[in-house]
Amino acid sequence: MRITFPHMGTSWIAFKTLVEGMGHEVVLPPPPTKRTLDLGTKYSPEFACLPFKVLLGTYLEALKLGADTIISSGGVGPCRAGYYTQLQGRILKEQLGYDVRVITFEPPRGHLMQTYRIIRDLVKVSFPKFAACAWLAWQKLLALDALERESHRVRPLELEKGTTSRILSQGIKAIDRADSVKEVKNVTAAFLKRFKEMPKDYDYQPLKVGVIGEIYVVLEPFVNLDVVETLGHMGVYVNRSIFLTNWVTENTLLDTFRVEAERSAKKAAGPYLPELVGGHGQTSIGETVLYAKRGFDGVVQLAPFTCIPEIVAKSIMPRVSKELDIPVLTLMLDEQTGKAGIATRLEAFVDLLRMRRNRMARTRGETA
Amino acid sequence: MNAYLGVDVGSVSTNFVLIDEHDQVLADLYIRTQGQPIQAIQNGLSMLEKEIPSSLSIMGVGATGSARQLTGVILGADIVKNEITAHAVAAMHCIPDVQTVVEIGGQDSKMIIIRDGVVVDFAMNTVCSAGTGSFLDHQADRLGIPIEEFGALALKSKQPVRIAGRCSVFAESDMIHKQQMGHSAPDIIAGLCEALVRNYLNNVGQGKPVVPPIAFQGGVAANQGIRHAFEKELGVPVIVPEHFAVMGALGMALLAKENAAQGKKTLFRGFGASELEFATRSFECNGCPNHCEIVEIKQGKIVLARWGDRCRKWQDIANTGAAS
Repeated sequence: MRITFPHMGTSWIAFKTLVEGMGHEVVLPPPPTKRTLDLGTKYSPEFACLPFKVLLGTYLEALKLGADTIISSGGVGPCRAGYYTQLQGRILKEQLGYDVRVITFEPPRGHLMQTYRIIRDLVKVSFPKFAACAWLAWQKLLALDALERESHRVRPLELEKGTTSRILSQGIKAIDRADSVKEVKNVTAAFLKRFKEMPKDYDYQPLKVGVIGEIYVVLEPFVNLDVVETLGHMGVYVNRSIFLTNWVTENTLLDTFRVEAERSAKKAAGPYLPELVGGHGQTSIGETVLYAKRGFDGVVQLAPFTCIPEIVAKSIMPRVSKELDIPVLTLMLDEQTGKAGIATRLEAFVDLLRMRRNRMARTRGETA
Repeated sequence: MNAYLGVDVGSVSTNFVLIDEHDQVLADLYIRTQGQPIQAIQNGLSMLEKEIPSSLSIMGVGATGSARQLTGVILGADIVKNEITAHAVAAMHCIPDVQTVVEIGGQDSKMIIIRDGVVVDFAMNTVCSAGTGSFLDHQADRLGIPIEEFGALALKSKQPVRIAGRCSVFAESDMIHKQQMGHSAPDIIAGLCEALVRNYLNNVGQGKPVVPPIAFQGGVAANQGIRHAFEKELGVPVIVPEHFAVMGALGMALLAKENAAQGKKTLFRGFGASELEFATRSFECNGCPNHCEIVEIKQGKIVLARWGDRCRKWQDIANTGAAS
């Protein structure tokens, strides 16, 4: 089989290792570009959300590169994305005539046997060999997240604009090339060291902003018009609420075994939104609560236009924002590729946060 | 005499405001951008030069509006800021205790919430431009009524008709329908004004607390019909500042003055910038699958700036080019 999968940030590196480890050929999904978007919108229902369209475009590009199988994930709760893979499969097969196999991984909870069967069918090598590759893929995912996390921390402090992004992209390539757990760890350490040693302004106190929202638009920079990097270059420390490693841990392992410990975002959302509304709606509220409690200056919510879970979250956000005194900026993302609108809003939001911080410092000074 | 220049280059209008050391407006200018920002800036600059005494020296320049980046390069601006901050600064200058700013311009509309002199929240229209100046222009044109008389006509209405306001397409078809049914023009226009205000409060305001004093600014504030509809809907008076149409530029002039107070020498190219030859071109970079659209601005043979690339490769070239 020639397998492809969704392109979501840097996760393709780990998926590549995993799928190769199963004994299959990988057709790498090309990073989304305007062409992807054009292809996707051409064959998608008009009312579908942006992730649907970009993913369909990605699949079409990967099929042209020779893929014959698509592996994707299902969704949680009442979010349209849950049946998107089925719909995309039908568009590809029935409307466009592709001979393609579409495999959907549902979250294991409630689908344990199904998940097992899919994996059993897919793995063409001995189990120990597969397990070793899966472990390597997981280590790569951890390494990628570690580098990205660190880049968010150091980018606002960089003295020469662009240094962080340059080191990060070299690090990502190095992790892709690494072929053992040991090498992944060495590479990670080496690049974390480079982040540590790059020239920084240590006196600068960056604003702290949390980025929340729907997983695909949060993780794929093309789709969110580089919100994280843009904020970083405005001198803001960005804390992204979603990293694939946490998400996988929470939605596969912990959920399957009903462990409550790490589910603090869902718990934190309790007073405002005790219901699961599908997608990431509830966690968006919960993460905002947590960011407020951790003393963040503000929160940016990213949502695909027409995304119901995020719309539910957005409508509850004013209360959270007011009660916990944390400004929230919601950005609805659709097919626009012009960055000016997003930049204006982010810039104004950052101005607002700066003024707010200065005022708080002044009032503290007066009372002291 | 020292003066400070603020320029706001938006999709529809290009505005200039010149202030003195005491924040008094020396000159203001409102011209149409007509899709050619560079030309609009240059025209405005030469018109402004004729209006002012030659003894004035420009000590600082600020740029805002959707073409602020471009404007900054063409003029040599000392400070480039987003429209929200610029409008808030100007509103607070004109009405010191202002709590809500309603700004409706050519293609966008915003609401800014201010408490104790600090912006605490803001919103901009996202996906829909219903209710902005361009749409009103279009409707006035369709009804054959000069936009200047549009608002006054709305005030003559005794019984405004209900027009769907959520979407400009719906609004237009609803208007045509009502017009064909025989409703009078003033009633339709008044109905449209009410619909646009409803749409603004729902779509942009989204339940934000609209507390007086309320400043109503932007080109649409000239429209008495919309102003009246706001007062009717909110039940409180709205204040239209004297320089309502050029508030963004005023805000930037104030910020430029504040910036100059830090003792920095201005980057302003001088009024001669209106005579310089600027050329822009855009091209698609094929260096990677992102295919970024790069914009390049040249003055003669010198590359002044490039932007649009995600990797900053082209921006860096521009920097070295400018240095050599």
